Amino acid sequence: MPTTRRRFLGLAGGVTAAGAIPIVTLQPLQATPAMLTAAVRNIVGEAAVRTGKVKLDIPPLVENGNTVPMTVSVASPMTADDYVKSIHVFNEKNPQPNIGNFHLGLSAGRAQVSTRIRLADTQRVIAIARLSDDTFWQVAADVVVTLAACTEEMN
Amino acid sequence: MTALINVPAKARRGDIIEIRTLTSHIMETGFRHTADGALVPRDIVTSFTCRYNGTEIFSADLFPAIAANPYLSFFTVAKESGKFEFEWTGDNGYSSSASASITVE
Repeated sequence: MPTTRRRFLGLAGGVTAAGAIPIVTLQPLQATPAMLTAAVRNIVGEAAVRTGKVKLDIPPLVENGNTVPMTVSVASPMTADDYVKSIHVFNEKNPQPNIGNFHLGLSAGRAQVSTRIRLADTQRVIAIARLSDDTFWQVAADVVVTLAACTEEMN
Repeated sequence: MTALINVPAKARRGDIIEIRTLTSHIMETGFRHTADGALVPRDIVTSFTCRYNGTEIFSADLFPAIAANPYLSFFTVAKESGKFEFEWTGDNGYSSSASASITVE
């Protein structure tokens, strides 16, 4: 069979599609490193962590990983029978998976915490909230970092 | 003073107020090396506590991933006039404190 334009394009299309598949299938895996999983388990124990309720405000593109503003807020009425006990923030690729644990409690009135963090690489940041009924809720955000923190040499 | 505290001077009873704190600290991660390869030892603030008239209302465990000069902002309900006390503790026996007063009417 002679190589026609139609056949060539058909093949090229097939190769492109095949090449795209691994990229697409890699996304849902999100192989979270074992250290991150261990750090999360250390806080939540065996409890299930559901997605939702938590909002993580962090710039999607960061020029300087040495100081990245971050705000975590939780949709909670903050009443005596439904409030946020604590907020825990983790990262995927810094040398250490923990960023901070924030203990609030009923008297906070609003479940929101802001701080500035360091990010050593382009990675995913995860915030987990523990509610008064001991359920855990999480949210993740991807951050692209152009200048990494932690790794540079000291003068 | 090594800390900057922002607490409203006055509030109505029941108001939700924001408290912002900034303290000066190097927050050396313990993961950096000098040019000749020696590891720079970790020196960070590991813990922060805020008390409102003696009752703990907020605390935080900090890790090397917190940026230098740790900034923290959080909320509380203005219940009564009095004093907020802030305390930072960390590596090498680091300890620092600050306070702010509020009038609740």
